[in-house]
Amino acid sequence: MSALKPLSRRPAWLGFVLIGIALAIAPFVVQAGLGIYWVRILDLALLYMMLALGLNIVVGYAGLLDLGYIAFYAVGAYVYALLASPQFGLHLPFWITLPLGALVAALFGVLLGAPTLRLRGDYLAIVTLGFGEIIRIFLNNLDRPINVTNGPQGINLIDPISIGGLSLARPQDIFPGMSSAHAYYYVFLAATLLVIFICMRLQDSRIGRAWAAIREDETAAEAMGINTRNLKLLAFAMGATFGGLSGGLFASFQGFVSPESFNLMESIMILCMIVLGGMGNIPGVILGALLLTILPEALRYIGDFQRAVFDRIIVDPADLRMLLFGLALVLMMLFRPAGLWPSSQRQRELLKSDEPAPPGLYDEQR
Amino acid sequence: MDTFLQQLINGLVLGSVYALVALGYTMVYGILELINFAHGEVTMIGAMVALTVIGALVGAHVDLPGIVIVLAGVLAAIPACMLLGFTIERVAYRPLRNAPRLAPLITAIGVSILLQNLAMIIWGRQYISFPPILPRTTYHLGGATISVLQIFILVLSLVIMAALVALVQKTKLGRAMRATAQAPQVAGLMGVNINSIISLTFIIGSALAAVAGVMVSAYYGVAHYYMGFLLGLKAFTAAVLGGIGNLAGAMLGGLLLGVIESMGAGYIGDITGGFMGSNYQDVFAFFVLILVLVLRPSGLLGERVGERA
Repeated sequence: MSALKPLSRRPAWLGFVLIGIALAIAPFVVQAGLGIYWVRILDLALLYMMLALGLNIVVGYAGLLDLGYIAFYAVGAYVYALLASPQFGLHLPFWITLPLGALVAALFGVLLGAPTLRLRGDYLAIVTLGFGEIIRIFLNNLDRPINVTNGPQGINLIDPISIGGLSLARPQDIFPGMSSAHAYYYVFLAATLLVIFICMRLQDSRIGRAWAAIREDETAAEAMGINTRNLKLLAFAMGATFGGLSGGLFASFQGFVSPESFNLMESIMILCMIVLGGMGNIPGVILGALLLTILPEALRYIGDFQRAVFDRIIVDPADLRMLLFGLALVLMMLFRPAGLWPSSQRQRELLKSDEPAPPGLYDEQR
Repeated sequence: MDTFLQQLINGLVLGSVYALVALGYTMVYGILELINFAHGEVTMIGAMVALTVIGALVGAHVDLPGIVIVLAGVLAAIPACMLLGFTIERVAYRPLRNAPRLAPLITAIGVSILLQNLAMIIWGRQYISFPPILPRTTYHLGGATISVLQIFILVLSLVIMAALVALVQKTKLGRAMRATAQAPQVAGLMGVNINSIISLTFIIGSALAAVAGVMVSAYYGVAHYYMGFLLGLKAFTAAVLGGIGNLAGAMLGGLLLGVIESMGAGYIGDITGGFMGSNYQDVFAFFVLILVLVLRPSGLLGERVGERA
């Protein structure tokens, strides 16, 4: 088959150029159409994409359900915040704080992974969940007796990223017409593209195939000579690195971090993105992250709708958001367990069962 | 010594509630090998339903003793939770019984979030306080005090646990449950209706959760839509500590965790030289969980089971 050339073949680079142009002008188009607020949403979507791709390595590739992933995001964010804010009077540049944040997060990943990797899937889920909560409780309470994290108040006035004298918080000094949201968009885009590239290369590498083997059948993988312990640790560390990186970016973008941003629901939301989009499939994960970042914003219109129809807010749209996420998780698993945009391999796997599936349940997928 | 005795009493009372919830986890896990993430939320719904009924009765100035009003709340909460547990299993878990492990686990998380937010929409974000209708008599025991409510919680949960053990060990139904846990297919061949046994397991577990939910809200004096999460997590820890799938283990684990937690909260300041305070209380459960899973994954009373791929 591979010897046959497709009949019409557009050059591959044309697609890349078109995508590149679209990505480059996206914030300006969004600003013109929806306003500057939505450019910030776009920035957040890119951050969530990085997070989702990081978690995808752990859950989608290696098949380890991690419910405390947000802890690594928190670690990255706090490392950046502590080293570049008035909290300790340190103002280190981003090219030190960002990699350091990612590194510390990776360290935490190994710290969490090392004792827990012997555990079966569902135990691992609970332990990671507990780990996430422990980190949050410590961030909340490490303001006494020595004030490290400033407790529930969080850390304020975090330095923005500044590249060669250009502060991303004030790009209009050099580029008129650009706002901070635009500037961060390009930084986040570059970081996201880097993460996507690494993920793609990992997926097709020896390591990626070893992860897939572990996910499918750990015992068999071990029998084939795969060092399952090291590879699972590597998955944790890689996932945590991306979490830490996006955490640092988040801290510089918001200028403020507090433990409240890193609760369990955030971990669950990132998991939702992966599950919704398609576990183990990069385009699916990106789609999931984009959809779930935009959805809560779109839900605001439900509030307007209620006000128009009933003259008052009956159900607060913010409350509705998590409700819909929960519902989406259940429905996705019941009717489309492989996600909206599944990887072909994962789809086969999720439909696999020891016994024939109950009639009618998976029929629409065949 | 006074602190010790007092924390022991507090721990045992709290632990008996953990044990009741842990039984629900352990029974379901014993049969389905599924962590029923939504179990903590069932407890929360139980507390909320009971408090609604109690609040309505108190608001209507019904001339009944406090105990009777609370009992009415419990009696309303139990069937509500039974129905909820049954529905959860039927809708969210049964269709996925033959799916890979990750699928029902994610569904369980989904159900848990769904219930939490449903409760938030129905009952609001604020803390709902438990009306002060129960007798507040306290007795002195050595240097410590124990309230009537504490005695009541302790005794009632011990009675319920004993009843459950009797049910599982002595009745025909219990034998069917044990058979299903051991080998579902074979039990099915022997004429056990596995589906109804599994449904029943969820129903019984949910009833226990309802009682536990009312106890917790009476003990702390408040209920909140988020209370099920931490309670569920701790109860799960208790079940793992005792050896998941093992009824006696869940009870022992619950009581032990309660004691560890209140001892920890009482003494952590002294141990760490004032560095950490009782605001770290919730961390203990997680540390215990991680330690147990690392050092003895099968729990205190559990048997070593072969890994299932």
